[in-house]
Amino acid sequence: MSHHTPVAKRHGDGKAAVGDVGRPPVAWAVPGILFFAVFAIVPLAIAVYLSFCEWDGLDSPTFTGLDNWTRLSKDSEFGQAAWLTLLLTTISWVFQTPVALLLGVWAAGRQRSRALLSAIFFIPLLLSTTAIAMLFRALLDPNFGVIQTIGPWLGIDPNVMGSSTGALLVVAFVGGWQFMPFHTLIYQGGARQIPEVLYQAASIDGAGMVRQFFHITLPQLRHTMTTSSVLMIVGSLTYFDTVLIMTKGGPGTDTTILPYLMYRTGFQTYDLGYAAAIATALVVVATSISLIMVRLSGFGSMRSTREGM
Amino acid sequence: MRSGIFAQGTRTTRWVSAGAAMAVAGLLAGCGSGGGGSDSGTITAYVYGDDAVKVQQAAVDTFNKTSEVKVKLVPVPGSDYVNKLRSAMGSPSAPDVFFNWGGGSIKPYVDSEDLVDLTSTIKNDATLKDGFLPSIMTAGGLEGKVYGVPMRGMQPVMLFYNKALFAEHRIEPPRTWEDLQGAIKTFKAAGVIPFALGGSDKWPELMWMEYLLDRIGGPEVFKRIQDGDTEGWGDPAVLKTARTVKELIDEGAFGKNFNSVDYGSGAAPTLLSKGKAAMHLMGSWEYSTQLGKAPEFAKKDLGWTAFPTVAGGVGDPANVVGNPTNYWSVNARTKHKDAAIDFLKAMASKSYAQALVDNGDVPTTSNAASMLSGSPNPQFATDQYEMVQKAPSFTLSWDQALEAQYATPLLTEISKLFAGKTTPEQFVEAMKAAR
Repeated sequence: MSHHTPVAKRHGDGKAAVGDVGRPPVAWAVPGILFFAVFAIVPLAIAVYLSFCEWDGLDSPTFTGLDNWTRLSKDSEFGQAAWLTLLLTTISWVFQTPVALLLGVWAAGRQRSRALLSAIFFIPLLLSTTAIAMLFRALLDPNFGVIQTIGPWLGIDPNVMGSSTGALLVVAFVGGWQFMPFHTLIYQGGARQIPEVLYQAASIDGAGMVRQFFHITLPQLRHTMTTSSVLMIVGSLTYFDTVLIMTKGGPGTDTTILPYLMYRTGFQTYDLGYAAAIATALVVVATSISLIMVRLSGFGSMRSTREGM
Repeated sequence: MRSGIFAQGTRTTRWVSAGAAMAVAGLLAGCGSGGGGSDSGTITAYVYGDDAVKVQQAAVDTFNKTSEVKVKLVPVPGSDYVNKLRSAMGSPSAPDVFFNWGGGSIKPYVDSEDLVDLTSTIKNDATLKDGFLPSIMTAGGLEGKVYGVPMRGMQPVMLFYNKALFAEHRIEPPRTWEDLQGAIKTFKAAGVIPFALGGSDKWPELMWMEYLLDRIGGPEVFKRIQDGDTEGWGDPAVLKTARTVKELIDEGAFGKNFNSVDYGSGAAPTLLSKGKAAMHLMGSWEYSTQLGKAPEFAKKDLGWTAFPTVAGGVGDPANVVGNPTNYWSVNARTKHKDAAIDFLKAMASKSYAQALVDNGDVPTTSNAASMLSGSPNPQFATDQYEMVQKAPSFTLSWDQALEAQYATPLLTEISKLFAGKTTPEQFVEAMKAAR
């Protein structure tokens, strides 16, 4: 090992010196590929294999063919969980995107106290998900939480976590509250990249703030929006900890989204084969959605937003 | 210059890689033996990690003084216990001895022949045979065989109440269903929640099902289900139980918010101690919970009684549900079976029972009665002991009595019933169909 790395380095250096494109050799990707293979590809392959087995975690898995998959297609609980996951993902996107976009564009400017406020907005991202979930749980306790005093004021029933709609909205809100700063950061970076000249030209033509936003900022942020949306959607599809701590999938099963159903099936019922089938289905759905979004938005072809400039 | 750094770099790199290789080797070796019970002369014992671990630790220390084979106690934090045990038992580093709830909680291990059958050992050993209350010994077994030795206090479910509220409204704690209905009306009229219920945790709801079914149909109904007959859910008593639950919810017996109240964070116990709720059906650990969270209330105003009778029910009102106790079981793959059994025998000793009593627990040993006067609360300890001793039947909590593959769907269905998502009829159908 000790000899290979320097050799590879020297090889790379040599190439660059000749004036080639200067792309690093494949060897540089080896640690990354190895890491990805050991911690992502291999477990994924095992999960796919397990989805064709029955396994209680103690004896060896027994191959049962398509049993888990036929069961999955008929399972009304899986159907409900898939629907709730879709709903949660949509609500999260609709809730987070506009706010993160506006905050990000604002944070890209040079107003007074912008840095300070941005730092404050960033705090939720630094807290642990568990801590946030427990915090909100305490705030929303119907008998002792803040919601009991504030709720009636705002016209909210203090028992918000006890109602089906309320619980799902709370889960979406808490997730949004936590991850919005992250997306704000992405939009801030995107907005900073927009060339100043575009705005100067627009002002000369007499475009106001709002028109500039819709005709310059938004189109220029197209790719940023794809990045943020893919992350947001995949994040919502794999959202788990908040549900576990705040609602435990309840009331009834009304916040049992796919990842939580997977956890319950795998680590409470110990039906690990069926849980693997749910997990595999989730991976397929999440990957397809990301691919479709990348394809539809033209993000994949990497056309620049600055064409013709 | 460059070559100099390069030469030096190689030497450093060599050292670094040598170091890394050693670290990796160390890690791998660690994986092989870490937590494993196969070390020479050591027994690994997994125990549910809570405040009571100190009692087991003391017993381990005493045992290690005289024994050649040493016991190593591994406390696993409570919420992770079941999962950690499950993963460990399927791996080469399984514990030799482990804490469990008996019944369905050990069924998968019995099925895969991972446990030592202690039936004959206990029969031939006077200390173990006469050491414990018989109902406790059988409650944790499976199909007439014994796989565990009791090692902690008993945890029957009792009806706790706020004495101050009952005095204020001049009523007595309910003994019959009529009393209970009267109490619900009185407290509702006064704006007090009749029963605190941590519905978001699901298992507190289960306790209501357990007692109602026992009072309505007797312990045989659940026994049939526990023995593997899912048709047992079709017994009319189950439907009546589910309907009774629905009636209680509809008349506001648990207040309006119970779906978002939990036990774990202390919301339900606080309702009782703050006088916002009048009663709370809970395991006997409620006493120590209250003692920890609201000591004033626990000492002065916390009352306890048995679950009332249900009109038209055939179950004996002296029956009890809950967790009879916790047990130590022995892994069949252990290399030190005799030493492990010796360690289990120490659980029947007077000094161990005394240590449990001092910790506020009520031991399940036959000699416990005389020691209870030394308990932190002798009245509570004695009442609890007598309740269990006199009970014709002690039904193990359903979620422990059934295997996880039935218990988890059961908790989900109960939660749906309590949340009003399913009707009592749908509950019965769903349980009959559970795989």
